Amino acid sequence: MKAFAEQSPRPVPLPGRRTAVWRRLAQQKYLWLMIVPAFVCTLVFSYAPMFGLYMAFINYQPGGSFFGSFFHGKFVGLEWFRYFFNNGDFWIVMRNTLAQSLLSLLLGFPAPIILALAINEVRSGFFKKIFQTISYLPHFISWVIAANIIITLLSSQGLVNKVLMLLHITDEPVAFFQHGHYFWWIIASSNMWKDMGFNAIMYLAGIASINPELYEAAKVDGATRMKLTRYITLPALRPTIVILLILAVGGVLNAGFDQQYLMQNDLVLKYSDVIDTYTYRYGLQNSMFSYAAAVGMFKSVVAFLLVLMVNRLAKKVNDQSLF
Amino acid sequence: MKSRSMGDMLYAGVVYAFLLAVVFVTFYPFWNVLVLSVNSASDTIKGGIYFWPRELTFTSYKEILTDSEIMHAVWVTVARTVIGTPLSVVVISLLAYPLSNRDLVMRRPVTLYFIFTMYFGGGLIPYYMVLKTVHLIDTFWVFILPGLVNVFYMILVRTYIEQLPQEMVESAKIDGANDLQIFFRVIFPLTMPVLATIALFTAVGHWNAWFDSYAFTYKSSLKTLQAVLVKILNQYQTGSMVSDAQKLADSAKRLAVSSDTIRMAATVVATLPIVLVYPFLQRYFVKGMTLGAVKS
Repeated sequence: MKAFAEQSPRPVPLPGRRTAVWRRLAQQKYLWLMIVPAFVCTLVFSYAPMFGLYMAFINYQPGGSFFGSFFHGKFVGLEWFRYFFNNGDFWIVMRNTLAQSLLSLLLGFPAPIILALAINEVRSGFFKKIFQTISYLPHFISWVIAANIIITLLSSQGLVNKVLMLLHITDEPVAFFQHGHYFWWIIASSNMWKDMGFNAIMYLAGIASINPELYEAAKVDGATRMKLTRYITLPALRPTIVILLILAVGGVLNAGFDQQYLMQNDLVLKYSDVIDTYTYRYGLQNSMFSYAAAVGMFKSVVAFLLVLMVNRLAKKVNDQSLF
Repeated sequence: MKSRSMGDMLYAGVVYAFLLAVVFVTFYPFWNVLVLSVNSASDTIKGGIYFWPRELTFTSYKEILTDSEIMHAVWVTVARTVIGTPLSVVVISLLAYPLSNRDLVMRRPVTLYFIFTMYFGGGLIPYYMVLKTVHLIDTFWVFILPGLVNVFYMILVRTYIEQLPQEMVESAKIDGANDLQIFFRVIFPLTMPVLATIALFTAVGHWNAWFDSYAFTYKSSLKTLQAVLVKILNQYQTGSMVSDAQKLADSAKRLAVSSDTIRMAATVVATLPIVLVYPFLQRYFVKGMTLGAVKS
């Protein structure tokens, strides 16, 4: 190589070598250049909205530049938050958010574990792959498509009603989308349907890393396949299960937006509305900007605190169970 | 190992039955949509189409292919996927490389600057206001620019780069290459597997995105396929709330092509590319996912 023959005069920094910060900065000018595009994007699209949250504390009037109009809006302090907590909507929206989240967790959390354990029992590599490929599929479609499919399946002539009637569980087709009390279950089961296969990946990876000698030893001792699953696979997965459960609990306020927004209608609103759909309706559809910003901020702050708490917990548990 | 006990056989039976049930539940809905989309609309209204079409016809697909709104929406969706994906991959990998360098001055605070945005955000309304301020509302670039950086994908790429052998970078440095050259000639080609993973995820994300087009654009020329599908879905739902008598009166009009069949055909069109592409890229993303999981 030509460059090599010339013996570059540039000093090669050795690991641990101390150089003045400014010199290292100068050496790293290209590295810093590479960060710039992402830095600017993040500043504009992530940090500017955070500072824009100031609008939750004023009477924001649209018009003029966004940050400029902050000076014209009257400062109202926590008035919008107070309004949210006192007008009754808070309880309905919180109830729906938590109910849908926790129900989704209840149905959706064990499902991928069971699926991973079942796929692990399949000996043929070909069938294993088929099962996996098909079970991932729903994860990759949009909620728009999923909502179209689910609404069709649950319609009066859909398969679900057909099966219910064949089994004589009901005599008339159930109007799933006209009664609010079905909605939580629809959300939870559609979440489970969409992500069960994909979430099983983590557990399958966990199973793959189990030492095969453990199984061999147990087999010699005469363990059945069920016992192998119960006494080797499942305990080995416990750390993964605990961590993912803790992280899932940290996200309980993120009940989702797409599925609720796409499948709800005025008849079920009392059960379907979650914080995010509520924010959207008041902010972008009814133009109550400051109020919706305050509701959104309430969610962001509480969710962030939850994540911090849960992260600490996860670290603790992780250390204890892994070592 | 021929000697299998009865218990083992029974257990295997239960496991296979369960897996077949899962396969049916995940796959059947797609099949049902496909069948409904190729059944004659007048016949579909009578109900009872579950596994096979009763009156096979492709009218609804012809209808879609000649519908200028839907075809334009397909074009917009393809455009945002084709333009947005490589841009995103480049910006993310450009960021991941410096952050993988242990000698980078202020590496921790810069990393924190990006990671913080994963956990805290301004929420929808201020975000909308910012988009308005930078004049992105009702432009094509609202599909591309706000989503360029994805911190989670950046971490995947960074982790991958950190695991590459350092000797190659060292020898390139001795050859007199600067960091840009090292990145483009050495690192970039070596990170292809993980870049393919995040490219797939980003492309699927672009293909599936509906909210930005639905909420941040008003021109019909900027509606993506998914946003048009949302519109069709809304029409259907409003339609299903009118009384049955009204429906019967309407059904005469809908004999030729019902909105339901069109809805199903549009759903198939929106799903098809994903169904065709992802099985081939599966092993990449499975590897990428597990790698990220182990590290984080």
